[in-house]
Amino acid sequence: MSLELSPFDRELLAGAHGAGAAFAMRLLMRFAEAVDARRFIDIEAAHVDGCLYLGRASLDFVERMLSLGGKVRVPTTLNVGSVDLIHPELFRGAKEDGENGAKLMRAHLKLGCAPTFTCAPYQTAYRPRFGAQIAWGESNAITFANSVIGARTNRYGDFIDLCCAMTGRAPEYGLHLKENRAARAVVEVQSIPDDWDSERVAVAIGHMIGRRCGGLVPAIVGLPPDTSEDDLKALGAAAASSGAVALFHVVGVTPEAPDLKTACGGLAPHLVLEVSADDLREAARSLSSVVDGAPLAAVSLGTPHFSLAEFARLMPLLEGPRPRVDIWINCSRATLSEIRARGWEERLRAAGVTLVVDTCVYVTTLMRVGAGAVMTNSGKCAYYAPGNLGVEVAYGSLAECIASARAGKVVRL
Amino acid sequence: MSAPRFDAVTLVPGVAAGAPLRLDEPLSFWGGLDPKSGLIIDRWHPQRSVNVAGRVLMMPAGRGSSSGSASLAEALRLGAGPAAILLLERDAIVVVGAIVAMELYGRECPVALASKGDWEALAAAARLVVRAEPGAAAISLEL
Repeated sequence: MSLELSPFDRELLAGAHGAGAAFAMRLLMRFAEAVDARRFIDIEAAHVDGCLYLGRASLDFVERMLSLGGKVRVPTTLNVGSVDLIHPELFRGAKEDGENGAKLMRAHLKLGCAPTFTCAPYQTAYRPRFGAQIAWGESNAITFANSVIGARTNRYGDFIDLCCAMTGRAPEYGLHLKENRAARAVVEVQSIPDDWDSERVAVAIGHMIGRRCGGLVPAIVGLPPDTSEDDLKALGAAAASSGAVALFHVVGVTPEAPDLKTACGGLAPHLVLEVSADDLREAARSLSSVVDGAPLAAVSLGTPHFSLAEFARLMPLLEGPRPRVDIWINCSRATLSEIRARGWEERLRAAGVTLVVDTCVYVTTLMRVGAGAVMTNSGKCAYYAPGNLGVEVAYGSLAECIASARAGKVVRL
Repeated sequence: MSAPRFDAVTLVPGVAAGAPLRLDEPLSFWGGLDPKSGLIIDRWHPQRSVNVAGRVLMMPAGRGSSSGSASLAEALRLGAGPAAILLLERDAIVVVGAIVAMELYGRECPVALASKGDWEALAAAARLVVRAEPGAAAISLEL
Protein backbone atom coordinates (compact mmCIF):
# COMPACT_ATOMS: atom_id res chain seq x y z
CA MET A 1 0.00 0.00 0.00
CA SER A 2 1.42 3.38 -0.82
CA LEU A 3 1.45 6.55 1.19
CA GLU A 4 -0.85 9.29 -0.05
CA LEU A 5 0.50 12.84 0.26
CA SER A 6 -1.64 15.97 0.53
CA PRO A 7 -0.69 19.16 -1.36
CA PHE A 8 0.58 20.55 1.96
CA ASP A 9 2.75 17.46 2.54
CA ARG A 10 4.29 17.99 -0.90
CA GLU A 11 4.99 21.64 -0.08
CA LEU A 12 6.70 20.58 3.13
CA LEU A 13 8.84 18.05 1.26
CA ALA A 14 9.71 20.55 -1.45
CA GLY A 15 11.02 23.00 1.14
CA ALA A 16 8.26 25.61 0.66
CA HIS A 17 8.01 25.86 4.49
CA GLY A 18 11.74 25.83 5.12
CA ALA A 19 14.61 23.38 4.98
CA GLY A 20 14.04 22.28 8.59
CA ALA A 21 10.44 21.28 7.88
CA ALA A 22 11.57 19.47 4.71
CA PHE A 23 14.16 17.47 6.67
CA ALA A 24 11.51 16.58 9.28
CA MET A 25 9.03 15.56 6.57
CA ARG A 26 11.57 13.29 4.86
CA LEU A 27 12.04 11.46 8.14
CA LEU A 28 8.30 11.29 8.76
CA MET A 29 7.79 9.70 5.33
CA ARG A 30 10.18 6.86 6.24
CA PHE A 31 8.49 6.47 9.60
CA ALA A 32 5.03 6.38 7.99
CA GLU A 33 6.20 3.67 5.58
CA ALA A 34 7.63 1.65 8.45
CA VAL A 35 4.33 1.73 10.38
CA ASP A 36 2.36 1.18 7.17
CA ALA A 37 0.32 4.40 7.45
CA ARG A 38 -1.74 5.46 4.43
CA ARG A 39 -1.65 9.23 4.92
CA PHE A 40 -0.83 12.07 7.30
CA ILE A 41 -3.21 14.04 9.51
CA ASP A 42 -2.98 17.49 11.11
CA ILE A 43 -2.04 17.61 14.77
CA GLU A 44 -2.97 20.35 17.26
CA ALA A 45 0.01 19.99 19.58
CA ALA A 46 3.18 18.07 20.31
CA HIS A 47 5.09 17.02 23.43
CA VAL A 48 8.76 16.38 22.76
CA ASP A 49 10.80 13.97 24.85
CA GLY A 50 14.15 14.95 23.37
CA CYS A 51 15.73 16.99 26.18
CA LEU A 52 17.33 14.15 28.10
CA TYR A 53 20.97 13.99 27.00
CA LEU A 54 21.76 10.40 25.97
CA GLY A 55 24.67 11.09 23.64
CA ARG A 56 25.95 13.39 20.92
CA ALA A 57 23.39 12.20 18.32
CA SER A 58 20.44 13.81 20.19
CA LEU A 59 22.22 17.18 20.28
CA ASP A 60 23.44 16.96 16.67
CA PHE A 61 19.89 16.28 15.50
CA VAL A 62 18.41 19.36 17.16
CA GLU A 63 21.35 21.54 16.07
CA ARG A 64 20.83 20.34 12.48
CA MET A 65 17.19 21.44 12.72
CA LEU A 66 18.32 24.82 14.04
CA SER A 67 20.95 25.29 11.33
CA LEU A 68 18.21 24.64 8.75
CA GLY A 69 16.17 27.47 10.30
CA GLY A 70 13.58 25.10 11.75
CA LYS A 71 10.65 26.24 13.95
CA VAL A 72 7.84 24.19 15.41
CA ARG A 73 4.50 24.65 13.61
CA VAL A 74 2.18 23.71 16.51
CA PRO A 75 2.24 24.47 20.25
CA THR A 76 4.97 22.17 21.57
CA THR A 77 5.76 21.33 25.17
CA LEU A 78 9.01 19.82 26.40
CA ASN A 79 9.60 16.83 28.61
CA VAL A 80 12.17 16.73 31.41
CA GLY A 81 15.83 17.40 30.67
CA SER A 82 19.02 16.19 32.35
CA VAL A 83 19.47 19.25 34.57
CA ASP A 84 17.36 21.60 36.70
CA LEU A 85 17.99 24.91 34.92
CA ILE A 86 16.53 26.83 37.87
CA HIS A 87 18.59 24.94 40.48
CA PRO A 88 21.69 23.90 38.43
CA GLU A 89 23.73 23.34 41.62
CA LEU A 90 21.73 20.15 42.22
CA PHE A 91 23.41 18.35 39.29
CA ARG A 92 26.07 15.89 40.45
CA GLY A 93 26.90 14.01 37.22
CA ALA A 94 29.86 14.46 34.84
CA LYS A 95 30.49 18.13 33.94
CA GLU A 96 30.36 17.50 30.18
CA ASP A 97 27.02 15.67 30.43
CA GLY A 98 25.58 18.53 32.48
CA GLU A 99 26.76 21.11 29.94
CA ASN A 100 25.51 19.15 26.94
CA GLY A 101 22.23 18.48 28.77
CA ALA A 102 21.65 22.20 29.35
CA LYS A 103 22.66 22.93 25.73
CA LEU A 104 20.13 20.38 24.46
CA MET A 105 17.34 21.95 26.53
CA ARG A 106 18.16 25.48 25.28
CA ALA A 107 18.41 24.30 21.64
CA HIS A 108 14.81 23.04 21.87
CA LEU A 109 13.70 26.47 23.12
CA LYS A 110 15.32 28.08 20.06
CA LEU A 111 13.13 25.84 17.88
CA GLY A 112 10.11 27.50 19.52
CA CYS A 113 9.20 24.84 22.08
CA ALA A 114 7.72 26.02 25.39
CA PRO A 115 9.99 25.73 28.47
CA THR A 116 7.65 23.40 30.35
CA PHE A 117 10.31 20.71 31.04
CA THR A 118 7.74 18.43 32.59
CA CYS A 119 6.65 14.83 32.15
CA ALA A 120 3.13 15.99 33.13
CA PRO A 121 2.26 18.53 30.39
CA TYR A 122 -1.39 17.67 31.08
CA GLN A 123 -1.04 19.64 34.34
CA THR A 124 -0.19 22.82 32.40
CA ALA A 125 -2.14 25.30 30.26
CA TYR A 126 -1.18 23.13 27.26
CA ARG A 127 -3.52 20.32 28.30
CA PRO A 128 -5.18 19.05 25.10
CA ARG A 129 -8.94 18.80 24.61
CA PHE A 130 -11.02 15.61 24.25
CA GLY A 131 -10.63 14.14 20.77
CA ALA A 132 -7.63 16.29 19.82
CA GLN A 133 -5.11 14.65 17.45
CA ILE A 134 -1.68 15.20 19.01
CA ALA A 135 1.86 13.76 18.79
CA TRP A 136 3.24 13.17 22.24
CA GLY A 137 6.37 11.53 23.58
CA GLU A 138 7.00 10.24 27.15
CA SER A 139 5.14 7.08 28.08
CA ASN A 140 3.17 8.37 31.08
CA ALA A 141 2.10 11.53 29.24
CA ILE A 142 0.99 9.50 26.22
CA THR A 143 -1.07 7.20 28.42
CA PHE A 144 -2.64 10.08 30.35
CA ALA A 145 -3.54 12.05 27.20
CA ASN A 146 -5.19 9.02 25.58
CA SER A 147 -6.87 7.55 28.64
CA VAL A 148 -7.79 10.37 31.00
CA ILE A 149 -8.34 13.20 28.50
CA GLY A 150 -9.43 11.24 25.41
CA ALA A 151 -6.94 13.01 23.14
CA ARG A 152 -5.32 10.79 20.49
CA THR A 153 -1.65 9.97 20.18
CA ASN A 154 0.61 7.01 19.48
CA ARG A 155 3.79 6.32 21.40
CA TYR A 156 6.05 8.79 19.64
CA GLY A 157 9.67 9.02 20.68
CA ASP A 158 13.24 9.86 19.74
CA PHE A 159 13.37 12.37 16.82
CA ILE A 160 9.86 11.61 15.52
CA ASP A 161 7.95 13.65 18.13
CA LEU A 162 10.04 16.66 17.07
CA CYS A 163 9.46 15.93 13.35
CA CYS A 164 5.69 15.98 13.98
CA ALA A 165 6.08 19.32 15.82
CA MET A 166 8.15 20.81 12.95
CA THR A 167 5.56 19.83 10.33
CA GLY A 168 2.26 19.83 12.26
CA ARG A 169 1.61 16.39 10.72
CA ALA A 170 1.51 12.84 12.03
CA PRO A 171 1.07 9.50 10.24
CA GLU A 172 -2.50 8.23 10.56
CA TYR A 173 -2.26 4.82 12.28
CA GLY A 174 -2.77 3.16 15.65
CA LEU A 175 -4.49 5.20 18.35
CA HIS A 176 -5.21 8.16 16.06
CA LEU A 177 -8.01 5.94 14.66
CA LYS A 178 -11.17 5.29 16.69
CA GLU A 179 -11.33 1.59 15.78
CA ASN A 180 -8.00 0.91 17.51
CA ARG A 181 -9.07 2.56 20.77
CA ALA A 182 -11.58 -0.09 21.84
CA ALA A 183 -10.64 -2.27 24.81
CA ARG A 184 -9.63 -5.84 23.93
CA ALA A 185 -8.84 -6.88 27.52
CA VAL A 186 -11.25 -6.62 30.46
CA VAL A 187 -9.77 -6.33 33.95
CA GLU A 188 -12.34 -7.10 36.65
CA VAL A 189 -11.33 -5.83 40.08
CA GLN A 190 -13.32 -8.13 42.37
CA SER A 191 -12.00 -7.02 45.75
CA ILE A 192 -9.70 -4.35 47.15
CA PRO A 193 -7.77 -4.51 50.47
CA ASP A 194 -9.97 -2.76 53.08
CA ASP A 195 -7.24 -0.51 54.41
CA TRP A 196 -5.93 0.73 51.04
CA ASP A 197 -6.40 4.25 49.70
CA SER A 198 -7.27 4.82 46.02
CA GLU A 199 -3.69 5.81 45.11
CA ARG A 200 -2.25 2.45 46.15
CA VAL A 201 -5.03 0.56 44.33
CA ALA A 202 -4.22 2.55 41.18
CA VAL A 203 -0.47 1.81 41.30
CA ALA A 204 -1.01 -1.92 41.93
CA ILE A 205 -3.56 -2.22 39.10
CA GLY A 206 -1.32 -0.25 36.76
CA HIS A 207 1.68 -2.47 37.49
CA MET A 208 -0.47 -5.57 36.88
CA ILE A 209 -2.02 -4.48 33.59
CA GLY A 210 1.39 -3.50 32.21
CA ARG A 211 2.65 -6.99 32.91
CA ARG A 212 -0.43 -8.94 31.88
CA CYS A 213 -2.17 -7.11 29.00
CA GLY A 214 0.66 -7.02 26.43
CA GLY A 215 -0.37 -4.83 23.51
CA LEU A 216 -4.11 -5.05 24.28
CA VAL A 217 -6.03 -1.95 25.38
CA PRO A 218 -7.50 -2.78 28.83
CA ALA A 219 -10.86 -1.72 30.28
CA ILE A 220 -10.83 -1.81 34.09
CA VAL A 221 -14.08 -2.53 35.91
CA GLY A 222 -14.57 -2.09 39.65
CA LEU A 223 -12.52 0.99 40.52
CA PRO A 224 -14.33 3.46 42.80
CA PRO A 225 -16.06 6.34 40.91
CA ASP A 226 -14.12 8.86 43.03
CA THR A 227 -10.78 7.64 41.60
CA SER A 228 -8.92 10.94 41.21
CA GLU A 229 -6.97 12.33 38.29
CA ASP A 230 -3.74 11.82 40.25
CA ASP A 231 -4.71 8.18 40.84
CA LEU A 232 -5.18 7.75 37.09
CA LYS A 233 -1.82 9.44 36.49
CA ALA A 234 -0.16 6.92 38.85
CA LEU A 235 -2.01 4.00 37.25
CA GLY A 236 -0.96 4.96 33.72
CA ALA A 237 2.65 5.66 34.69
CA ALA A 238 2.96 2.25 36.38
CA ALA A 239 1.33 0.46 33.42
CA ALA A 240 3.54 2.24 30.86
CA SER A 241 6.64 1.22 32.85
CA SER A 242 5.95 -2.46 33.44
CA GLY A 243 4.45 -2.81 29.95
CA ALA A 244 3.74 -1.02 26.67
CA VAL A 245 0.31 0.36 27.65
CA ALA A 246 -0.56 3.59 25.80
CA LEU A 247 -4.32 3.64 26.48
CA PHE A 248 -6.52 2.21 29.22
CA HIS A 249 -10.17 2.72 30.09
CA VAL A 250 -11.73 2.79 33.56
CA VAL A 251 -15.42 2.05 33.23
CA GLY A 252 -17.52 4.85 34.74
CA VAL A 253 -14.46 7.10 35.16
CA THR A 254 -12.54 7.82 31.91
CA PRO A 255 -14.19 9.65 28.99
CA GLU A 256 -14.33 6.85 26.40
CA ALA A 257 -15.76 4.34 28.91
CA PRO A 258 -19.20 5.39 30.18
CA ASP A 259 -20.01 1.65 30.28
CA LEU A 260 -18.16 -1.59 29.45
CA LYS A 261 -19.91 -2.12 26.11
CA THR A 262 -18.89 1.32 24.85
CA ALA A 263 -15.33 0.87 26.13
CA CYS A 264 -15.06 -2.40 24.17
CA GLY A 265 -16.58 -0.89 21.03
CA GLY A 266 -19.08 -3.74 21.02
CA LEU A 267 -16.28 -6.31 20.51
CA ALA A 268 -15.66 -9.41 22.61
CA PRO A 269 -12.42 -9.16 24.65
CA HIS A 270 -9.41 -11.37 23.83
CA LEU A 271 -8.50 -11.53 27.51
CA VAL A 272 -10.43 -11.33 30.78
CA LEU A 273 -8.38 -10.83 33.94
CA GLU A 274 -9.93 -11.27 37.39
CA VAL A 275 -8.13 -9.35 40.12
CA SER A 276 -8.51 -9.99 43.85
CA ALA A 277 -7.31 -8.09 46.91
CA ASP A 278 -4.54 -10.70 47.26
CA ASP A 279 -3.36 -10.07 43.68
CA LEU A 280 -3.20 -6.35 44.42
CA ARG A 281 -1.21 -6.93 47.63
CA GLU A 282 1.23 -9.14 45.72
CA ALA A 283 1.63 -6.56 42.91
CA ALA A 284 2.38 -3.80 45.44
CA ARG A 285 4.80 -6.06 47.34
CA SER A 286 6.70 -6.92 44.14
CA LEU A 287 7.53 -3.22 43.65
CA SER A 288 9.75 -3.23 46.76
CA SER A 289 13.23 -4.76 46.67
CA VAL A 290 13.76 -4.43 50.45
CA VAL A 291 11.85 -5.75 53.45
CA ASP A 292 9.78 -3.68 55.88
CA GLY A 293 11.98 -2.06 58.50
CA ALA A 294 14.94 -1.72 56.08
CA PRO A 295 16.97 1.49 56.55
CA LEU A 296 16.16 4.39 54.20
CA ALA A 297 18.50 6.84 52.47
CA ALA A 298 15.85 9.09 50.93
CA VAL A 299 12.23 9.47 49.88
CA SER A 300 11.43 10.40 46.27
CA LEU A 301 8.02 11.75 45.23
CA GLY A 302 6.68 13.19 42.00
CA THR A 303 7.31 10.55 39.29
CA PRO A 304 5.45 11.72 37.20
CA HIS A 305 5.69 15.34 38.37
CA PHE A 306 3.81 16.09 41.61
CA SER A 307 0.57 18.01 41.04
CA LEU A 308 -0.76 20.90 43.13
CA ALA A 309 -3.44 18.55 44.49
CA GLU A 310 -0.74 16.13 45.60
CA PHE A 311 1.11 18.92 47.42
CA ALA A 312 -2.19 19.82 49.12
CA ARG A 313 -2.46 16.20 50.29
CA LEU A 314 1.17 16.20 51.46
CA MET A 315 1.20 19.43 53.52
CA PRO A 316 -0.76 18.14 56.55
CA LEU A 317 1.32 14.94 56.56
CA LEU A 318 4.47 17.02 57.08
CA GLU A 319 3.17 18.57 60.32
CA GLY A 320 5.08 17.00 63.20
CA PRO A 321 8.71 16.04 63.84
CA ARG A 322 11.21 16.79 61.06
CA PRO A 323 11.92 13.70 58.88
CA ARG A 324 15.29 12.00 59.46
CA VAL A 325 16.00 11.41 55.76
CA ASP A 326 15.82 13.80 52.80
CA ILE A 327 12.62 14.03 50.80
CA TRP A 328 12.99 14.82 47.09
CA ILE A 329 9.98 16.04 45.13
CA ASN A 330 9.93 16.54 41.35
CA CYS A 331 7.42 19.02 39.93
CA SER A 332 7.05 21.43 37.03
CA ARG A 333 8.04 25.09 37.06
CA ALA A 334 4.37 25.98 36.83
CA THR A 335 3.52 23.97 39.96
CA LEU A 336 6.53 25.48 41.78
CA SER A 337 5.09 28.98 41.22
CA GLU A 338 1.74 27.83 42.59
CA ILE A 339 3.45 26.45 45.70
CA ARG A 340 5.34 29.69 46.21
CA ALA A 341 2.14 31.72 45.82
CA ARG A 342 0.61 29.65 48.63
CA GLY A 343 3.60 30.12 50.90
CA TRP A 344 4.27 26.36 50.99
CA GLU A 345 7.87 26.40 49.77
CA GLU A 346 9.34 27.47 53.15
CA ARG A 347 7.30 24.88 55.02
CA LEU A 348 8.47 22.20 52.61
CA ARG A 349 12.13 23.20 52.94
CA ALA A 350 11.82 23.33 56.72
CA ALA A 351 10.61 19.72 56.60
CA GLY A 352 13.74 18.67 54.68
CA VAL A 353 12.17 18.67 51.22
CA THR A 354 14.32 19.41 48.15
CA LEU A 355 12.19 20.62 45.25
CA VAL A 356 13.47 19.63 41.81
CA VAL A 357 12.06 21.16 38.61
CA ASP A 358 12.82 20.58 34.90
CA THR A 359 14.03 17.04 35.51
CA CYS A 360 13.40 13.99 37.68
CA VAL A 361 15.64 12.29 40.23
CA TYR A 362 15.32 8.86 38.62
CA VAL A 363 16.75 9.88 35.23
CA THR A 364 19.74 11.96 36.27
CA THR A 365 22.37 12.28 38.95
CA LEU A 366 21.01 14.48 41.74
CA MET A 367 20.44 12.50 44.91
CA ARG A 368 23.26 11.77 47.31
CA VAL A 369 22.26 8.25 48.11
CA GLY A 370 24.25 6.80 50.97
CA ALA A 371 23.48 3.53 52.66
CA GLY A 372 19.83 2.53 52.53
CA ALA A 373 16.96 2.28 50.12
CA VAL A 374 14.96 4.96 48.33
CA MET A 375 11.25 4.94 49.12
CA THR A 376 8.62 6.19 46.69
CA ASN A 377 4.85 6.25 46.19
CA SER A 378 5.39 5.86 42.43
CA GLY A 379 5.14 2.54 40.59
CA LYS A 380 7.19 4.07 37.76
CA CYS A 381 10.02 5.24 40.01
CA ALA A 382 10.06 1.87 41.80
CA TYR A 383 10.31 0.11 38.43
CA TYR A 384 13.16 2.16 36.93
CA ALA A 385 15.24 3.45 39.88
CA PRO A 386 17.08 0.17 40.58
CA GLY A 387 18.38 0.00 36.97
CA ASN A 388 18.95 3.73 36.43
CA LEU A 389 20.41 4.65 39.81
CA GLY A 390 21.60 1.31 41.14
CA VAL A 391 19.58 1.67 44.35
CA GLU A 392 17.25 -0.56 46.33
CA VAL A 393 13.65 0.68 46.43
CA ALA A 394 10.66 0.46 48.71
CA TYR A 395 7.18 1.23 47.44
CA GLY A 396 4.51 2.64 49.77
CA SER A 397 1.59 5.06 49.98
CA LEU A 398 2.26 8.78 50.38
CA ALA A 399 1.49 8.57 54.11
CA GLU A 400 3.83 5.58 54.49
CA CYS A 401 6.60 7.43 52.64
CA ILE A 402 6.38 10.37 55.07
CA ALA A 403 6.11 8.15 58.17
CA SER A 404 9.14 6.21 56.91
CA ALA A 405 11.12 9.40 56.26
CA ARG A 406 10.47 10.34 59.89
CA ALA A 407 11.52 6.92 61.19
CA GLY A 408 14.52 6.56 58.84
CA LYS A 409 13.32 3.09 57.87
CA VAL A 410 10.49 1.46 55.92
CA VAL A 411 7.32 1.76 58.00
CA ARG A 412 3.92 0.28 57.08
CA LEU A 413 0.73 1.94 58.30
CA MET B 1 26.87 -20.64 -10.56
CA SER B 2 25.82 -17.39 -8.95
CA ALA B 3 25.43 -17.01 -5.20
CA PRO B 4 21.93 -17.58 -3.77
CA ARG B 5 19.83 -14.40 -3.69
CA PHE B 6 16.78 -13.54 -1.65
CA ASP B 7 14.32 -10.76 -2.30
CA ALA B 8 13.48 -8.29 0.49
CA VAL B 9 11.68 -4.98 1.00
CA THR B 10 13.80 -1.87 1.44
CA LEU B 11 13.03 0.18 4.57
CA VAL B 12 16.28 2.17 4.55
CA PRO B 13 18.42 2.10 1.39
CA GLY B 14 22.10 1.29 1.32
CA VAL B 15 24.63 -1.42 0.57
CA ALA B 16 26.53 -3.34 3.25
CA ALA B 17 28.05 -6.73 4.02
CA GLY B 18 28.91 -8.65 7.15
CA ALA B 19 28.49 -11.86 9.11
CA PRO B 20 24.91 -12.44 10.22
CA LEU B 21 23.99 -12.16 13.92
CA ARG B 22 20.54 -13.52 14.67
CA LEU B 23 18.97 -12.23 17.89
CA ASP B 24 17.27 -14.95 19.93
CA GLU B 25 15.04 -12.40 21.67
CA PRO B 26 13.97 -8.83 20.87
CA LEU B 27 16.45 -6.19 22.03
CA SER B 28 15.70 -2.64 23.16
CA PHE B 29 18.55 -0.42 21.93
CA TRP B 30 17.78 1.98 24.79
CA GLY B 31 19.32 0.39 27.85
CA GLY B 32 20.08 -2.81 25.94
CA LEU B 33 22.95 -1.72 23.67
CA ASP B 34 26.09 0.16 24.71
CA PRO B 35 26.46 2.68 21.86
CA LYS B 36 30.16 3.17 22.59
CA SER B 37 31.19 -0.48 22.22
CA GLY B 38 28.32 -2.13 20.34
CA LEU B 39 27.95 -4.70 23.14
CA ILE B 40 24.56 -6.03 24.19
CA ILE B 41 24.27 -4.97 27.84
CA ASP B 42 20.69 -5.98 28.68
CA ARG B 43 21.30 -8.22 31.69
CA TRP B 44 18.25 -10.36 30.83
CA HIS B 45 19.14 -10.86 27.14
CA PRO B 46 20.40 -14.37 26.18
CA GLN B 47 23.08 -12.79 23.94
CA ARG B 48 24.41 -10.43 26.57
CA SER B 49 28.04 -9.38 25.87
CA VAL B 50 27.78 -10.23 22.16
CA ASN B 51 28.99 -7.38 19.93
CA VAL B 52 26.73 -6.15 17.11
CA ALA B 53 29.37 -3.91 15.49
CA GLY B 54 29.85 -4.66 11.80
CA ARG B 55 27.37 -7.56 11.81
CA VAL B 56 24.23 -7.97 9.72
CA LEU B 57 21.84 -7.88 12.65
CA MET B 58 18.82 -10.15 12.19
CA MET B 59 15.95 -9.04 14.42
CA PRO B 60 12.66 -10.93 14.09
CA ALA B 61 10.90 -8.02 15.85
CA GLY B 62 11.64 -4.85 17.81
CA ARG B 63 10.62 -4.33 21.39
CA GLY B 64 7.94 -1.74 20.60
CA SER B 65 9.38 0.83 22.99
CA SER B 66 9.29 4.46 21.88
CA SER B 67 12.95 4.94 22.81
CA GLY B 68 15.87 3.35 21.07
CA SER B 69 16.34 5.29 17.83
CA ALA B 70 18.76 7.71 19.48
CA SER B 71 20.85 4.86 20.90
CA LEU B 72 21.07 3.18 17.48
CA ALA B 73 22.00 6.48 15.80
CA GLU B 74 24.63 7.11 18.48
CA ALA B 75 26.14 3.62 18.00
CA LEU B 76 26.27 4.17 14.23
CA ARG B 77 27.90 7.59 14.74
CA LEU B 78 30.61 5.97 16.86
CA GLY B 79 31.17 3.17 14.34
CA ALA B 80 29.90 0.58 16.83
CA GLY B 81 26.58 -0.09 15.12
CA PRO B 82 25.57 -3.02 12.92
CA ALA B 83 26.51 -3.03 9.21
CA ALA B 84 22.90 -3.68 8.21
CA ILE B 85 19.66 -4.75 9.87
CA LEU B 86 17.24 -7.40 8.64
CA LEU B 87 13.74 -7.51 10.13
CA LEU B 88 10.76 -9.84 9.82
CA GLU B 89 8.30 -7.16 11.00
CA ARG B 90 8.33 -3.46 10.23
CA ASP B 91 9.88 -1.52 13.10
CA ALA B 92 9.77 2.26 13.11
CA ILE B 93 12.35 2.64 15.91
CA VAL B 94 15.04 0.85 13.92
CA VAL B 95 14.20 2.71 10.70
CA VAL B 96 14.34 6.15 12.35
CA GLY B 97 17.68 5.43 14.06
CA ALA B 98 19.25 4.28 10.78
CA ILE B 99 17.90 7.23 8.77
CA VAL B 100 19.07 9.79 11.32
CA ALA B 101 22.58 8.29 11.29
CA MET B 102 22.64 8.55 7.51
CA GLU B 103 21.26 12.11 7.43
CA LEU B 104 23.54 13.42 10.18
CA TYR B 105 26.74 11.46 9.71
CA GLY B 106 26.48 9.81 6.30
CA ARG B 107 26.71 6.42 8.05
CA GLU B 108 24.92 3.89 5.89
CA CYS B 109 23.04 1.13 7.67
CA PRO B 110 20.56 -0.44 5.23
CA VAL B 111 17.40 -1.88 6.78
CA ALA B 112 15.36 -4.49 4.92
CA LEU B 113 12.34 -6.62 5.56
CA ALA B 114 13.15 -10.26 4.81
CA SER B 115 10.81 -13.24 4.36
CA LYS B 116 10.23 -15.69 7.16
CA GLY B 117 10.90 -18.64 4.84
CA ASP B 118 14.42 -17.34 4.07
CA TRP B 119 15.35 -16.59 7.70
CA GLU B 120 17.13 -19.87 8.53
CA ALA B 121 19.18 -19.85 5.33
CA LEU B 122 20.20 -16.23 5.91
CA ALA B 123 21.20 -16.89 9.52
CA ALA B 124 23.31 -19.90 8.50
CA ALA B 125 25.39 -17.99 5.94
CA ALA B 126 29.00 -17.08 6.69
CA ARG B 127 28.48 -13.65 5.24
CA LEU B 128 25.57 -11.64 3.81
CA VAL B 129 25.59 -8.85 1.27
CA VAL B 130 22.58 -6.53 1.61
CA ARG B 131 21.72 -4.35 -1.38
CA ALA B 132 18.74 -2.20 -0.46
CA GLU B 133 17.77 0.00 -3.38
CA PRO B 134 14.81 2.38 -3.21
CA GLY B 135 11.96 0.08 -4.18
CA ALA B 136 13.43 -3.40 -3.68
CA ALA B 137 16.22 -5.09 -1.80
CA ALA B 138 18.28 -8.20 -2.49
CA ILE B 139 20.29 -10.22 -0.03
CA SER B 140 23.01 -12.51 -1.33
CA LEU B 141 24.85 -15.20 0.54
CA GLU B 142 28.53 -15.92 0.69
CA LEU B 143 28.73 -19.47 1.94
